[in-house]
Amino acid sequence: MSPLGIVLSFGLSAIAWELFARSGMLPAAITPSVFAIGAAIGRMVLNGTLFVHIGYTMFRIVVGLALALAVGVPIGMLMGRFRPAERFTLPLVSVLSPIPSLAWVPLFILWFGLGNAASIALVFYAATFPVILNTWTGVKSVNRIWVRSAESMGAGDHAVFRRVVLPGSLAFVIAGLRQAFARAWIAVVGGEMIAATSWGLGWVIFDSKEYLNTDVMLGSLLVIGGLGLLIERLVFQMLEHRTVGRWGMVKTVRT
Amino acid sequence: MAHIELARVSYDYASNNGPVTALSEVSFDVDASEFLCIVGRSGCGKTTLLNIVAGFLKPTSGEIRIGGHVVHGRGGDRGVVFQDFAQLFPWRTAQRNVEFGLQVRGVAAAERAETARRFLKLVDLERFAGSYPHELSGGMQQRVAIARALAYNPSVLLMDEPFAALDALTRDEMQRFLVGVWEETRKTVLYVTHNVAEAVYLADRIIVLSPHPGTVRAQTRITLTRPRDPLSVAFLDFQKTIVAQLGQGR
Repeated sequence: MSPLGIVLSFGLSAIAWELFARSGMLPAAITPSVFAIGAAIGRMVLNGTLFVHIGYTMFRIVVGLALALAVGVPIGMLMGRFRPAERFTLPLVSVLSPIPSLAWVPLFILWFGLGNAASIALVFYAATFPVILNTWTGVKSVNRIWVRSAESMGAGDHAVFRRVVLPGSLAFVIAGLRQAFARAWIAVVGGEMIAATSWGLGWVIFDSKEYLNTDVMLGSLLVIGGLGLLIERLVFQMLEHRTVGRWGMVKTVRT
Repeated sequence: MAHIELARVSYDYASNNGPVTALSEVSFDVDASEFLCIVGRSGCGKTTLLNIVAGFLKPTSGEIRIGGHVVHGRGGDRGVVFQDFAQLFPWRTAQRNVEFGLQVRGVAAAERAETARRFLKLVDLERFAGSYPHELSGGMQQRVAIARALAYNPSVLLMDEPFAALDALTRDEMQRFLVGVWEETRKTVLYVTHNVAEAVYLADRIIVLSPHPGTVRAQTRITLTRPRDPLSVAFLDFQKTIVAQLGQGR
């Protein structure tokens, strides 16, 4: 994306929105102008609440993702290395994985109560399966010639696992993490709408509905989109670029 | 350097039509510091034979001895170089690839870095120590693989058509280069190829393997002095001899 292209696509979209907002097709109260949306974001920045919302949402994402990695990577590794583990786990993962994480929200609220725990559980649920499945695929796709080379050089099972299987499957683990983040980002915002009690980017949108604060709602949406993009760009693309991209194991695309 | 002995090595594998004998009672020795080439048509079991010596496959019967000791399975006493460029670890630089065998032996970082440097110098890739495999040409990658297989000082070097995937010019260069490395290190080399000219250029002795099942058909000592001239009459005569041995009984 060139800077000019970005300015152009956002600029034209803003103009189109502005025309629609002023056309009177919908009441002005629920179609705030671009300036009102900007002002709403500005207010939340100035009084600091935006950062608290972001902080809560990020906290839930980070803890949930960390748990998903801590659980998903070992499970995926076991599945890739041991047939019985694969046979036992794969049917469960295959059935649980397609369930939209938001479908669990009512149950999670009953189990974990309203607040952080339910949102974190939701992130964990959304993120774990991409991590498991990609790690499993990664281990399965470790080139046999690497293992043979390592063994011929005297590496035992432990060294082969640590120095060949782990780095050899990293491209897939990172791909899994990216997918996990994308799913978790959707899950956390949705979850916060229902399960959070006072803070979070999802909660603020839902809360604003009570007061018809559509400028805050749209402003928060923009923040959610921008932040998700920024994290994907800064964290995951950078991570990929510096590791498996650097090693020529995947073609990294800079968008 | 250690010598290699193969004593009545046979190998059967299962197929849809029952067991197939890939190798039948193959026996020969490779002397210490000898360069021995195994030549055969595709499917004659030469790679299977190398994989057995390397310990990747277990012979159905017979045994392998290296330096007088029977070998079981894989171990760090044999260096192996494959045909596939992908054998290098893409996540390690050339230097760190060469260090691998030393690292799994617990050699201290400073010492293994120094040893790796020495072997990269031996294969003339010192300047590329910090490069990742995908940044190197095929010939350079194979040279890193050779350095890597030598760095932990195995007693024998096993090579499975290491230059078969290279273009003809690079291959010639690599053959000259390998002879230089061998003369310097005096490793015992077991080298598998289907390329007769390559075998005559490299080997002290050539063993021709006949297919279905793989058995030793002929042995020829290449008495030419090095460096060898592939266009000399004596060289071509050896080439004819080996080609004739390969063609027998077809």
